[in-house]
Amino acid sequence: MLLTEIARPFRAKPNLRRSFATVQDPPPRRYGGLKDQDRIFTNAYCRHDHGLKGAQARGDWHKTKEIVLKGDSWIIQTIKDSGLRGRGGAGFPSGLKWSFMNKPGWEKDPRPRYLVVNADEGEPGTCKDREILRGDPHKLVEGCLVAGRAMNATAAYIYIRGEFFQEASHLQQAINEAYAAGLIGKDACGSGYSFDVYLHRGAGAYICGEETALIESLEGKQGKPRLKPPFPADVGLFGCPTTVANVETVAVAPTICRRGAPWFASFGRQRNQGTKLFCISGHVNNPCVVEEEMSIPLKDLIEKHCGGVVGGWDNLLGIIPGGSSVPVLPIKQCEEALMDYDSLKDLHSGLGTGAVIVMNKSTDIVKAIARFSHFYKHESCGQCTPCREGTTWMMNMMDRFAEGRGHQREIDMLLELTKQVEGRTICALGDAAAWPIQGLMRHFRPEVEKRIAQFRAENGTVLFGGRMKSQTDPTLALPDNMGANLSEVAPPAQQ
Amino acid sequence: MLRLVSASKPASASILTKVTPSSSSFTGRRTFASTSARQGDITLTVDGKEVTVPQGSALIQACEAAGATIPRFCYHDRLAIAGNCRMCLVEVERSPKPVASCAMPAMPGSKVWTNTPLVHEAREGVMEFLLSNHPLDCPICDQGGECDLQDQSMRYGADRTRFHEIAGKRAVEDKDLGPLVKTSMNRCIQCTRCVRFANEVAGVEELGTTGRGNDLQIGMYVEKTMNSELSGNVIDLCPVGALTSKPYAFHARPWELKHTDSVDVMDAVGSNIRVDSRGLSVMRVQPRPNDDVNEEWINDKTRFAYDGLRFQRLTTPLIKQGDRFVSASWEDALTAVAEGFRASGAQDDEIQAVAGHLADTESMVALKDLINHLGSDNLTLDSVGGHAAPVHAVDVRSNYLFNATIPGVEQADCILLVGSNPRHEAAVLNSRIRKSWLHTTLEVGLIGERADTAYGYEYLGADAKAVADFVAGKTDFAKKFMNAKKPLIIVGSAITEHPDGPAVYNALAKYVEKNKSQLVTPEWNGFAVLQRVASRAAAYDVGFVPSRKASQTKPKFIYLLNADEVDPKSIPRDAFVVYQGHHGDLGAQLADVCLPGAAYTEKGMTWVNTEGRAQMGRAAVPPPGASREDWKIIRALSELLGAPLPYDDVLSLRDRMWEISPTLVRYDTLEHTSVDVALAGLKTLAAATASAKVSGAPFVKPISNFYQTDPISRASVTMAHCTRAFVKGENYGFSELSSKSEAAYA
Repeated sequence: MLLTEIARPFRAKPNLRRSFATVQDPPPRRYGGLKDQDRIFTNAYCRHDHGLKGAQARGDWHKTKEIVLKGDSWIIQTIKDSGLRGRGGAGFPSGLKWSFMNKPGWEKDPRPRYLVVNADEGEPGTCKDREILRGDPHKLVEGCLVAGRAMNATAAYIYIRGEFFQEASHLQQAINEAYAAGLIGKDACGSGYSFDVYLHRGAGAYICGEETALIESLEGKQGKPRLKPPFPADVGLFGCPTTVANVETVAVAPTICRRGAPWFASFGRQRNQGTKLFCISGHVNNPCVVEEEMSIPLKDLIEKHCGGVVGGWDNLLGIIPGGSSVPVLPIKQCEEALMDYDSLKDLHSGLGTGAVIVMNKSTDIVKAIARFSHFYKHESCGQCTPCREGTTWMMNMMDRFAEGRGHQREIDMLLELTKQVEGRTICALGDAAAWPIQGLMRHFRPEVEKRIAQFRAENGTVLFGGRMKSQTDPTLALPDNMGANLSEVAPPAQQ
Repeated sequence: MLRLVSASKPASASILTKVTPSSSSFTGRRTFASTSARQGDITLTVDGKEVTVPQGSALIQACEAAGATIPRFCYHDRLAIAGNCRMCLVEVERSPKPVASCAMPAMPGSKVWTNTPLVHEAREGVMEFLLSNHPLDCPICDQGGECDLQDQSMRYGADRTRFHEIAGKRAVEDKDLGPLVKTSMNRCIQCTRCVRFANEVAGVEELGTTGRGNDLQIGMYVEKTMNSELSGNVIDLCPVGALTSKPYAFHARPWELKHTDSVDVMDAVGSNIRVDSRGLSVMRVQPRPNDDVNEEWINDKTRFAYDGLRFQRLTTPLIKQGDRFVSASWEDALTAVAEGFRASGAQDDEIQAVAGHLADTESMVALKDLINHLGSDNLTLDSVGGHAAPVHAVDVRSNYLFNATIPGVEQADCILLVGSNPRHEAAVLNSRIRKSWLHTTLEVGLIGERADTAYGYEYLGADAKAVADFVAGKTDFAKKFMNAKKPLIIVGSAITEHPDGPAVYNALAKYVEKNKSQLVTPEWNGFAVLQRVASRAAAYDVGFVPSRKASQTKPKFIYLLNADEVDPKSIPRDAFVVYQGHHGDLGAQLADVCLPGAAYTEKGMTWVNTEGRAQMGRAAVPPPGASREDWKIIRALSELLGAPLPYDDVLSLRDRMWEISPTLVRYDTLEHTSVDVALAGLKTLAAATASAKVSGAPFVKPISNFYQTDPISRASVTMAHCTRAFVKGENYGFSELSSKSEAAYA
């Protein structure tokens, strides 16, 4: 019985009795096509007034007092029901994360409590938060109050990327306006709840977008990730309970509370609900940032909002669906990918920040990934060994592979190196450096091998490490482990 | 300076405060805390073995407790946890990734494996990364043979390299940290142990990391020497050869060295040391862990002054003829002393013995016995005012000992320093105050000359008047002190030598008596005298002090035992002077006959530290030339002086010491003074000094140059370099970098 179901899933179950009222399967739902009235970030393109007046005209700060008065557990339950997952990349359920701040007995803790908003948007390809900060800063400030109320925080620190000058000034303007209007500060919105919002500008390190490094940087130290445990919810900023959340996560919270969890949960697939800002860049006719429903097919996203791939869909080489730290998808997988956490995870990639980087066939994919390796080498904080040494090593190898100066066997060695970095480091930067390379080798290994073979044909044998055999002294014995005398093996059969 | 005081301590703080021994036992070491706060124990499984560890232990400690060896580079018990080398990865049940065991608290019921393929592979991977940028210069590296990286790569690393990149290895410019620490930064694996030591223990907050990623460097950012009296400890901490000892560079290999456990005599802390010797010479001195004394640290004088043992030594007996010394045989020299003694016509108290800084307990006992046999009570100490009995008398031990004990300093919540700069008088003790200051809300007040103490303090004044103000409760600090749970008064040894010493002791003794409910309880004795000289506590213990009558007698025969700080003017021109000691320093210049003794590394003698803790030093090398162990010289001399001493071997001498005070031969333990006796002692002290007048002269630091305080360190070339570099701030001659511009950060 069970076996037949698995073997022939599309056949009607044989023991079902027919009746007059035939139950029809609902038609498969197509996701995408978010209507304008369902958009949260209505001023993402900064076409309207970003100040308080414009924001209120768009519905911000509407009944915020009532939301705040509903109390922490109501807000957290609403966020839980809405199925909101962190928009910063890891996709941790937000309601659950916020509830960690309200452990039993938290009232007895005399320490202040902080919400830290991570506006250090530095992931290559990602540009969603800056649109919020520029066009809808009041959404974020209001979100700070709502999320802060949910976790009983006393203050919010917004750590904004140093390069975002206009964004920082818009946000500061919004904070000032909100203070002046009594929306935040002492007795915020007249709710009796006191809440402060501070803006802090970073100094331009990608690693400061990691939550504990961000906390260190806020404290005035070098931005180096802390060890966990203790988690920030126990010991965070200045030793106090802290939760770090992405700009988008915080900014959508008031709207969810206003329009209700079921409304937000009605978008997207189960466990991936909501709307999301996607930023599409690269070889598309119209690169853009757009708010869309979660689970929209990747192809739809590109065709509908970006005017398609340059040179047509068939000219597509691969897409990096979530910013530089997730593996690339080849065209075949791009056709079936849905833009949500689970679907991309099943394809061994990830939603990340929702930064879609489209590459058509004019791209040198090896060079592109080598460029990512450069980025991670440059941004590694140098604290822990695998990342400090591994990123440099991987960068050197990728540089060589970009021109083919390597040995076939080194591809597997490089993969092994990525495995030695992945999951061995303090923070996720090591993983982020390893994944693009793994993705490249998973889908574009023949390209790398072709390049190596071509280089070898043109220039002669290459030893491990990139030295040419022709440059070695033939009168001296070469160690066996240099690969000088290995014949190039045929690539193992693809499985 | 940034303090780490916060409502919740970081995980490391609990480790740091955990050093208090747990409970007292009848035979073992005693501490004040007879009932320490017992934390709950937790049980977990490591490699299938159940272990129980105290709550708050790191996983690595639990694994150690289970007998599993965990390789590590960055983790060190006495430093904060960095968790950055990733060598200590282990597998924990229900954790998808391997876990850094040093940074993970042990959780009850968790299952840990330290020997699985995943763990092996993770270690091998980390090892490969560490070695990828590490130079292959083990044959010329001073760390070779005692290098953690070398050992662990043999054990956990792969058997061949895969790193052949044409981009090559990382090259890092060497830093100039001064005349003690040699750097070879290419070898650095960025474990940051040195950075954490400098910041947490030594108080050199300039040392840190610059750059990021593969360009991360350890350094000061601007070129600067590491000016700390504890800087040498980074050499021990460095798991690779990046930081090595400059004076010891290329002198020996660890496997050639003989290790001898001994005790340091450069200050009165009695740091436990290990003397490494090769043949007849001491090659280096290293610390030996002892939580009750020096933890794991020693100061730079202890560590580097050993080269002074090779220079300026007295190797044969010398007899002065005219204005020059002539070598003589022992027989001749001892006869000359006996003849000189008779010729001087010294009677009774005209026979004076002076015990110096480096005199060991055995020889002081022998000398005292000899002088007493000869009918004299003129037993003088080699310090300012040493010709008279000390202010605090020697009848009650708690009047001159560091009663709070060295580990006890960490329990104090308010410390008053009177006429003392512990940083120079007891550097290792000072690091404990700093540790406590960093991690607790400790308040420190200072009366005396201002000093850079490596922690913040409230300055209360420079003279006895400030003490009077404090006692009268006039200052804010005095009020805080009154409200403290475990207040501690540290009286410097310089107070005893100061003209206002009696007045200060009087005021403080009365104060302690008045506030005995906090200051003197069965658990806590907050009145502590910090001695700075290795022999002093023992001298007081054996009663090496003159009677009132003797102290006013003009001596005709003077016996200087290791006394090199004497004022030449205090020695009458016609007196016959014998110097016994190991260095041709000041004392020898004054002598008519010099008898060569053994230095502390050459004899197995008893030393009593400032707490009153007797410890046994051991001979690492034989005494050079004709020099002999000091007590034997005195024993031999006693025959010729006609008052033979009744002991022929060191054991019967120690029996004699036991007769004088059993504490002298109860090694490694502390005998605490009971509350009643301590209070009685203070009462006597207050009564004896009741008529003291205040001159108002400011207290001055007794040590102006930390690096040169005794004949050994004055003879040491290394200490001379340190004096030039750190005290005078000159270019000390080793550095070639200092003239060039700093290109490392360009």
